[in-house]
Amino acid sequence: MNSPSSFQTDSLIAKDIDAYLHQHQHKSLLRFITCGSVDDGKSTLIGRLLYDSKMIFEDQLAALESDSAKHGTQGEEIDFALLVDGLAAEREQGITIDVAYRFFTTEKRKFIVADTPGHEQYTRNMVTGASTADCAVILIDARKGVLQQTRRHSFLVNLLGIRHVVLAVNKMDLVGYDQSTFEHIVADYRRFASSIGITEFTAIPISGFKGDNITGLSANTPWYSGPALIGHLESVEVAATAAQERAFRMPVQWVNRPNLDFRGFAGLIASGAVRPGDAVRIVPSGKTSTVKSIETFDGQLDEAVAGQSVTITLADEVDCSRGDVIAAADDPPQASDQFAATLVWMDDEAMKPGRGYWLKIGTQMITATVQPPKYEIDVNSLEHLAAKTLGLNGIGAVEFATDRAITFEPYATSRQLGGFILIDKFTNATVAAGMIDFSLRRADNVHWQPTTITREDHAAMKNQVPRVLWFTGLSGSGKSTIANEVEKQLNLMNRHTFLLDGDNVRHGLNRDLGFTEADRIENIRRVGEVAKLMTDAGLIVLTAFISPFRAEREMVRAMFAQSEFIEVFVDTPLEVAEARDVKGLYKKARAGDLKNFTGIDSPYEPPESPEIRVNTVDMSPEEAARFIIQHILPLK
Amino acid sequence: MRILTHLERLEAESIHIFREVVAEAENPVMLYSVGKDSSVMLHLARKAFYPAPPPFPMLHVASGWDFADLLAHRDKTVRDYGLELIIAQNEDAEAQGINPFDTGSALYSQAQLTDPLKRALDAHGFDAAFGGGRRDEEKARAKERVFSFRTAAHRWDPKNQRPELWNLYNAKKAKGESIRVFPLSNWTELDIWQYIALENIDIVPLYFSKERPTVERDGMILVVDDDRFRLEPGEEPVMRSVRFRTLGCYPLTGATLSTATDMNLIIQEMLLATSSERQGRAIDKGQSASMEDKKQEGYF
Repeated sequence: MNSPSSFQTDSLIAKDIDAYLHQHQHKSLLRFITCGSVDDGKSTLIGRLLYDSKMIFEDQLAALESDSAKHGTQGEEIDFALLVDGLAAEREQGITIDVAYRFFTTEKRKFIVADTPGHEQYTRNMVTGASTADCAVILIDARKGVLQQTRRHSFLVNLLGIRHVVLAVNKMDLVGYDQSTFEHIVADYRRFASSIGITEFTAIPISGFKGDNITGLSANTPWYSGPALIGHLESVEVAATAAQERAFRMPVQWVNRPNLDFRGFAGLIASGAVRPGDAVRIVPSGKTSTVKSIETFDGQLDEAVAGQSVTITLADEVDCSRGDVIAAADDPPQASDQFAATLVWMDDEAMKPGRGYWLKIGTQMITATVQPPKYEIDVNSLEHLAAKTLGLNGIGAVEFATDRAITFEPYATSRQLGGFILIDKFTNATVAAGMIDFSLRRADNVHWQPTTITREDHAAMKNQVPRVLWFTGLSGSGKSTIANEVEKQLNLMNRHTFLLDGDNVRHGLNRDLGFTEADRIENIRRVGEVAKLMTDAGLIVLTAFISPFRAEREMVRAMFAQSEFIEVFVDTPLEVAEARDVKGLYKKARAGDLKNFTGIDSPYEPPESPEIRVNTVDMSPEEAARFIIQHILPLK
Repeated sequence: MRILTHLERLEAESIHIFREVVAEAENPVMLYSVGKDSSVMLHLARKAFYPAPPPFPMLHVASGWDFADLLAHRDKTVRDYGLELIIAQNEDAEAQGINPFDTGSALYSQAQLTDPLKRALDAHGFDAAFGGGRRDEEKARAKERVFSFRTAAHRWDPKNQRPELWNLYNAKKAKGESIRVFPLSNWTELDIWQYIALENIDIVPLYFSKERPTVERDGMILVVDDDRFRLEPGEEPVMRSVRFRTLGCYPLTGATLSTATDMNLIIQEMLLATSSERQGRAIDKGQSASMEDKKQEGYF
């Protein structure tokens, strides 16, 4: 085997440290991900790379030797895999369960390796690790060939837009370094890869355990003339460098305003290059200006490129703040509010179509509502399956709408402006990662039809101010009874009203919906939209729905002007509502005949600050109705 | 086409992280331990917000047994750059009988480092704290997120951390909860030293070799930094040319014999070294997953 020529040489360090440092200051940085299961020898390969690049010190090696005796699977030999298996609980089980980042360096490059495990959490972890990778090393056990998991890894690598794929056929030592075994696997893989859109890859026969074709070409594979693994990784183009060829975009992170004379826009350049004097456009406002200067701690720059964090000043006083994108004036990104995307679900709690989530893309944070998936993709068979939602590790094609236009590029063009995360508004967990495929362009094509008679005209004709009185509370709390009483009293006052009742709506508009969490959310969303149309028509709308989840009530609230939506909490304790049990539903739920019943086996999230709270224990329905009307007066 | 160097990329990433936190958190703070990683972190923070000063205070957790040179460097840095400094310290250590000689390392670090840190974070209501942790330091840190989420009790739950994709960080949290942010996550020890050399960053002189009064104890060379150092019977401080690779409480931090008096010589020594930097810290020893246990307790 050749000597590991590309790793640092002790002699230069000892002889001429200045020369060594000069050489090492000009290294580039490549991030890659290794894909494969424990059995493919992935951890062993990474351990080998760390070991060969002298990233392991004697004290760590001593710990490794004692660990190898305790947990190792390689008998007397050092088990490199133990170098990269981290957390204590995982070591007990002998598997890693998260994404770990490792570092090693050669004379040409610094490498960051994302190491992800191979078991059921795999999709989530691999997608996380792949999101920042320039290159993927897909490991195959030479004895086993292309397996279902190889297909899954390749699909995810392609999904995350990794353009450089290395097929590392590992454990060549265990197949006698047989050329035809290698070539057979490569041909097999090529057939599969082209079917999912991977047109180019580099196949290398290796042994992580023995070190063949890792740092130099191995004498054991004289028939192989391609690059060694490290040599190849040293030559792969870094994504940030490739991004310089595209048009200039910089999402604004922060406006720097230390004094009245300086106003700079700070950000990490996503693509392209920028120079003072360049014409730029602020998206989405569309305002244009020119770059006055590029400011850094180290002085003003003549040019800045993708991958650099800078502060830009503009020649004009234009509106620009966090979330805006400064872009090339003649080639700006689009803005839209409806999209088709591929979503990877990462949370234990399944996706709730219709619910509002925080969506973060670039430096923009907005509310997005996701539709039920068009289909789910089975990562093993790659089949498209019908689905109503996505569970943990589910991948699907979805459409979503945002509450205002966001600046974006398709993920295939830009990771920075096409990749997004979804955040649950109540748990604050990151629940999904998404990649924008394209804008549905409905935002561009379907403009609001301007009507001559406005909602103000409708309201004026009825001599009233439209309102939505949103009654929420447990089943049997008295919502419908009180809402009915309110409507009666309002009618006596010559007000134009309409009562949307839960049971009645389910007989018609929403008869296709059941009682799963996802269906309940859709039920509420539709009622919100109907109420919205009715207020546009000038009506005072009363709704009586359990609407147990805060998120859905907030979603509806967001559809209306601030004073228009009035949340009425019919605050009846569960014992009281259950004792009343007007419809006999509690009895059924307690007997287990009724599933997902609010208060019994499904939660009710009481409003935190409702506009009106009525106590039905102390008030009669008539009194409660008068109390509510007092609160909403005047209605002109 | 301009190919950025690995240090330029790391710098840009760290600056991006600083700015995200300042844009999204309400009340951030930077944990400033005055060591080499903190010095790099401070330098990056100054770059991130230039020409404005870093828009957050520095928090130093002082154990009371800090090297005198370290405190002098801290005060000079704060003065030179016009920074706001908050010092967190367990004022009752003496009354509680806690000192680095008699107290076990677990209790000592809890009482002198972890608890004062938590108290200071609570007292000032900081919701985000920058720390100098790097993923290459220790196996348990390799999986640490850049934004590490902590409960209201400052606990780290390794099973409940948010996935981090692209460079999109989720800084949302409920009242009382906080995040620890590690802008140096992807830096290695070598990167840190190279960057210090390249950027001429001022560091504590303790990193450079000098004749210092020392004693040898339990296989460690300890520097007798002041007259509170308790000498064992028969122990006599000996002048040795030593330096430090990492800085903690002086009676607990082992020095290495060295003649490296300038930056390049330090890097040369580091590259040829056969032990990791954490080896000099008594606090990491104990059972094999001890760093992980400490992190769960709220240690950085």
